[in-house]
Amino acid sequence: MFCSPNKLITPLCIVGGMIVSMTLELKDIPGQLVLALAPISEMHGNIMSVVHHRDERTPRGTIPVQVMFGIEQGVLDELIERLEASGVRVARVGEERLRAAVSVILIGHIVHSDIGDTIDKIDSTGFAEVVDLSLSMPGIEQPSSAYLVINAVGEKELTNALDILRDVAHKKDLLVIEPIRLNSEGK
Amino acid sequence: MKTIRLSIAGFGAVGQGVAHAVLLKNDYLNKQGLDLRVVGIADSKGCEIDPSGIDLEEALMRKEQEGTVARGNGTAQEMIRDLDHEIFVDLTPTNIENGEPGLSNMFSAFESGRHVVTSNKGPLALRFTDLKEASEDNGLFFRYEATVGGAVPIFNLVHEALGGNTVVGIEGILNGTCNYILTRMEDERLPYEHVLKEAQELGIAEADPTYDVEGIDSACKLVIIANSIFGMKAIYRDVNVTGIKKITPEALELADKNNYVVKLICEAVNGRLTVAPRLVPKRHPLAVGGTLNVASILTDLAGRITISGKGAGSIETASSVLSDILYVARNL
Repeated sequence: MFCSPNKLITPLCIVGGMIVSMTLELKDIPGQLVLALAPISEMHGNIMSVVHHRDERTPRGTIPVQVMFGIEQGVLDELIERLEASGVRVARVGEERLRAAVSVILIGHIVHSDIGDTIDKIDSTGFAEVVDLSLSMPGIEQPSSAYLVINAVGEKELTNALDILRDVAHKKDLLVIEPIRLNSEGK
Repeated sequence: MKTIRLSIAGFGAVGQGVAHAVLLKNDYLNKQGLDLRVVGIADSKGCEIDPSGIDLEEALMRKEQEGTVARGNGTAQEMIRDLDHEIFVDLTPTNIENGEPGLSNMFSAFESGRHVVTSNKGPLALRFTDLKEASEDNGLFFRYEATVGGAVPIFNLVHEALGGNTVVGIEGILNGTCNYILTRMEDERLPYEHVLKEAQELGIAEADPTYDVEGIDSACKLVIIANSIFGMKAIYRDVNVTGIKKITPEALELADKNNYVVKLICEAVNGRLTVAPRLVPKRHPLAVGGTLNVASILTDLAGRITISGKGAGSIETASSVLSDILYVARNL
C-alpha cells in the first residue's frame, strides 16, 4: 500500500541546497514553459511546483508563472543568467523560509511506534517540518518503510532536526537511511 | 636487467591470480628491465623453494592437481626469514579476529629486511600503525593496494596521482556482495533473504554472510583508508557500523520513486567513520550497480574524483598486487 498526503510540495533531492520561489514571465505561445524549465533541470534543480497565473496577464502580454524548486546554493545567479539568455524574463526571485531540505527513509514498525509522534517531534521544533511522507506497509507483522522529506530554516537547523529524528528512531528501533554526506561539491 | 626475487604466502584464488599475472606479463616486465622471480611459495600445507625461480606454470598445475604447491615441510615463517629475496607478498586469507597468519608473516618480513606487498586486510585493519612503523623503522616499502577495492587503485590514486591534495572526505562502496544484493533487491523487488540465497548460489556471498551483510568487511576497509589516507590511527571499534539486513524492497521502491538508490556506503568525513545504508541520487557517480566497487574522493585542489571497478576476483585483485610489486621493484 502506498499513500502520500496531497501536498503541493513534492520530495526534494538536495542536501546543502535551498528552496527558491521564482516568478517568470512567459510569452503566451507554445513551447515557452519547456524553455523556462529546461535550465533549472539542467542545473540539477528539483522542480517542486509550477503554477500558471493565466488570469494575471501582464501589460506586456506575458503570463506570470510561479516555479518553486530546490537547487544547490551558489548556482542561482548562473541560472538567472541562463534563463534571461533564453528569453525568459525573471520577474521575482524569493528564497523560501524553509531553505534546507533532506530526504530520509525509515524502516521498522513505523505506524505501531506512532508515526504522528515521530513527525510531531520534528514539527514542534518551530524550525523544521516534515513536508512529505510516503508510507509502504507490506503486511501487519512485517516492517514498514517510509520516505520523509524534512525542510528547515537553515543548514544548522536541518542538522538539529536530523539529530532529533535519529534519536527518536533509535528509541523506536527504526532504521534511518540518510543521504550521502558529500553530496554537494565542496561541502 | 634488474632481478627482483619474491616470496608468496597464500596460494588461493589471489595467489594463483598473481602467478598467472606474472606469467602473462613476463615479456612486458622484461621490456621494463625487470626479471621478477618467484623464489618461494607457501600455502597451508607447506612450501616450495627454488632460489633460481619457481616454474609458475608447473606450480599452478600442481596446485590444481594436488591441492597444494608444497614440496617440503617448511613454513611460511622459515621461508620469509631464511630465503634470500627482496619482496614478501602476503596473500593469506583475511582473519579479522587476530590477523593471523598474515600479521606474523608481515612483521617477520620487516624484521628480515623484506619489502611487503599484501592483499590481506585483516592485519591492516587490526595493526596498521604498528605495521607501518615496522616498515619505516627498517626502511622498507609496505604496499597494500589490493586490501581495499580489489582492482580499484584508491591508495595509489591518493598517494601518487593526487599528491599535494588534501583529502576532505571519502565515500565509497567497498563490498561487492552488499552492492549485488541491494541492486538485485531494487531491480527485482525481491526480499533480502531471497536475494542473499541467490548470491550464495552464485558464489557472490559466503555461506556465512555475516562479515559482508553486517558491514564488518566494509568497516575493516574503511579503517585502512582512515589510517592510510587520513593518518587517523583508527581501529575497527572507531567505525559506526550498520548493515543491510533490515532493508526492505519497499524502502528501495520508495527511494526509486524519488530518484534515489540505497547503497551500503563507507564514509570518512570530518574524522568520523561510518558504514551505513545511504540514499544516493541516481545520477551520482557513487550509484554503481552489481558487484562493482566505487570510491569518491573529495579533495581541495582536484575537487571530486570518482573511480569504480571490480572489487574482487582473482586476476582483478592480482592487478593491484602486481602494481604494488612493480612500484617496489622500480624503486629498489
